[in-house]
Amino acid sequence: MRGAKSAKWVAGAIVVALSATACGGSDSGDSDAKEKGKPAGYVSIDVGEPQKPLNPADTNESLGSYVIQSLFTQLLDFDSKGGIVYTNAESVETKDSKTWTVKLKPGWKFHNGEDVTAKSYVDAWNWYANTKNKMQNAPWYSDIKGFKDVHPEKGEPTKDVMSGLKVVDDTTFTIELDKPVPYFNYKLGYATWAPLPKAFYADPKAFGQKPIGNGPYQFEKWNHKKLIQVKAFDGYKGPNKAANKGVLFKNYATVEAAYQDLISGNLDMIRQVGPKDLPKYKQDLGDRAIDQEYAAIQSLNPAFYSKTFKDIDPKVLQGLSMAIDRKTITKTVLNGTRTPATSFTPVGVQGNQQLDTDIFTYDPKKAKQLVKEGGGVPGNKLTIQYNADGGHKEWITAVCESIRNATGVDCVPDAKPDFQTDLEARDNDQVKGFYRGGWVADYPLNVNFMRELYDTKAESNNGRFSDKDIDAMFRKGDNAKSLDESIKFYQDAEKALLKKMPAIPLWQYRINGGHSKAVDNVKVDFHGDFEITGVTAK
Amino acid sequence: MGRYVARRLLQMIPVFIGSTLLVFAMMYALPGDPVRALAGEQTVDPAQIAQMKKDLGLDLPLWHQYVNYLGNLFQGDFGTQIASGRPVADIITDAFPITIRLALFAFTFTVLVGISIGIFAGLKADTLRDRGLLVLTLLLISIPSFVLGYLLQYVFAFEMGWVEPNVSEEAPAGELILPAVVLGSLSLAYVARLTRTSVAENLRSDYMRTAVAKGLPRRRIVGVHLMRNSLIPVVTFLGTDLGALLGGAVVTEGIFNVKGVGNAVFDALRHREGSTVVGIVTLIVVVYLVASLIVDLLYAVLDPRIRYA
Repeated sequence: MRGAKSAKWVAGAIVVALSATACGGSDSGDSDAKEKGKPAGYVSIDVGEPQKPLNPADTNESLGSYVIQSLFTQLLDFDSKGGIVYTNAESVETKDSKTWTVKLKPGWKFHNGEDVTAKSYVDAWNWYANTKNKMQNAPWYSDIKGFKDVHPEKGEPTKDVMSGLKVVDDTTFTIELDKPVPYFNYKLGYATWAPLPKAFYADPKAFGQKPIGNGPYQFEKWNHKKLIQVKAFDGYKGPNKAANKGVLFKNYATVEAAYQDLISGNLDMIRQVGPKDLPKYKQDLGDRAIDQEYAAIQSLNPAFYSKTFKDIDPKVLQGLSMAIDRKTITKTVLNGTRTPATSFTPVGVQGNQQLDTDIFTYDPKKAKQLVKEGGGVPGNKLTIQYNADGGHKEWITAVCESIRNATGVDCVPDAKPDFQTDLEARDNDQVKGFYRGGWVADYPLNVNFMRELYDTKAESNNGRFSDKDIDAMFRKGDNAKSLDESIKFYQDAEKALLKKMPAIPLWQYRINGGHSKAVDNVKVDFHGDFEITGVTAK
Repeated sequence: MGRYVARRLLQMIPVFIGSTLLVFAMMYALPGDPVRALAGEQTVDPAQIAQMKKDLGLDLPLWHQYVNYLGNLFQGDFGTQIASGRPVADIITDAFPITIRLALFAFTFTVLVGISIGIFAGLKADTLRDRGLLVLTLLLISIPSFVLGYLLQYVFAFEMGWVEPNVSEEAPAGELILPAVVLGSLSLAYVARLTRTSVAENLRSDYMRTAVAKGLPRRRIVGVHLMRNSLIPVVTFLGTDLGALLGGAVVTEGIFNVKGVGNAVFDALRHREGSTVVGIVTLIVVVYLVASLIVDLLYAVLDPRIRYA
């Protein structure tokens, strides 16, 4: 009898628990709770703690970039179609793609009142490029003549300045490159090319905690791991002047926590909805949900030094590519957060083209045939290396399943505990088969998705793909007379890549975010970042 | 007594050195290079990385790095984070206060509610009331904290609207109650069960019968005679539990967005920030040591038969 009574207790408790979770369809999205500690007219967004101090040339991860982009403005920027928009520069011109003349818009000021001059740029770039200053993005300056003097491959720099940079007058300077780079001006849109005020050189370390920029916002405060606050800069003269009064970059412990705050009205914008909330976020947010492609691509990269892929016939890789059911996997496993790839470049970068090929289409029969014609995979088994801390496990498993079903090649996920271990294996040439690759555009050109990844000498070519013809085609693109021609040559190179298969492109990333009712005009740029300056507070 | 405390304090030194060395070696053994990882999938510059490692002393052998670390530690320097360049001491002073508050809330909740439930159930063992409370604690033990966390968050924040779903930057007391309840609920169940059994057992003992026979008031029988003897196992558990609570619960802190120690350690581990991990773990070790010392001293108070020379 006693047993029966306690059983009732359990049953009762279970009913309570279930009814609490089952009555979904929360209407809490309607709550108009005022956000604590947010000044009027400010907007807030979930952006985690930047990895490093806020220095334009020392940041290449997206969290820090968000803040850097709000505080600093470079010479130029890009519109949603990947076209150049001049911000701090009046013009950036060249006749031979080797010597570039930059004219600045007059009257620009740093947040401390100092004028932005040609010298602000030249001095900053020289400082950034110097080995002694250990800036992460120093290799970005390697096109400039004299880079080797300030940043030798080994040892101490022999000079303090690059001979390629010359100040002509207050608003003009020239950049001479080692060799012509027709798309050099596109690189200038990257955040690292920002100018610095004189105050920087007095104490670079303190500056990183309290930066003074020339951007649409000026720095207010940084409560580490919690919040960075910036306010609109009244004296800003660029086209992207802030439409709101300021921004709070708030740090959340998890994406789920950020989502909770979004729907309860304590946060205005969320960059990525977590897997737990993905199935319902469109229902929760309605037309405030954001689901849009951006210029980033994920691929399977063969390690060409591995036993599996050494001297592999590209036909095998083509076959494996056709064995992956991209459409189903993106729809089911990935919840529609990716778009199946159709080329080596993502949609939205200049030069992206429709390749006349069926290599990206699921066709198990042809896949099997191609793998067989190419001589098969050694040992009839391959591995895909990935980092277990990034939410990749599910789709890697699905891809393996797809390959196994279509071709009969055994496919095994090879998990590394985290991204660091994954990177280490790649750097040390210890990848056993495929590794999971991902690339976000630095600048919106097709060049960026080939030259940096598949050139024999490219630093990020971790699969050690090497092909003389492809290298020659890239060189041809680099030495082209105009940008259009360069893009064209790279498009030809992309077609040639189809026959070599340096990687198997899988899908393009989408941003799955959203915003609250308190803000309007929320748009996303080609990086997949929100264009915060345009956001208006209601 | 004084000598006992002194001896215990001296014993902490080898434990302290041993644990830091162990954590240090483990961080060293982990694959993944924090300096290299800063570049991610982007362009890597070997010259740059070598320069950074040299400046940070990361190119030295393990023992040398450890000696340097200990040397700095004795001068009050916890080291500097590789990526952010911030002193580890700052990170600790940011994270610890909030976790201490959260842990104290959870601890108070555990002690008050847990012991009350335990006494309440233990005094009338094997009745419906007792069985019911046992089932309740069983439920608490078996529900994983992330389920309980999301459940309470859903019910109290979204359905009822009594609290905010997340703990905000200042972490006022009102917002910490919910995570504290979640954090404390597991130990609450253990405390309740320990107390209950202990109380039920001691109720049948000779000295209780004597006390009743002497005609002492019930308040005194339960409050002094029964409690004092029944609390010894509970205090042992609570001592180690305080350490665990201070260590921070990564899951609970994550659900409620508490920027505490759990969060900081998890972050540091992910980024291979060795000095941060060692620094925080060292402090947690100290908390454990102090807590267990206090527990041992409390024994003597609870049971006068236990004496320290």
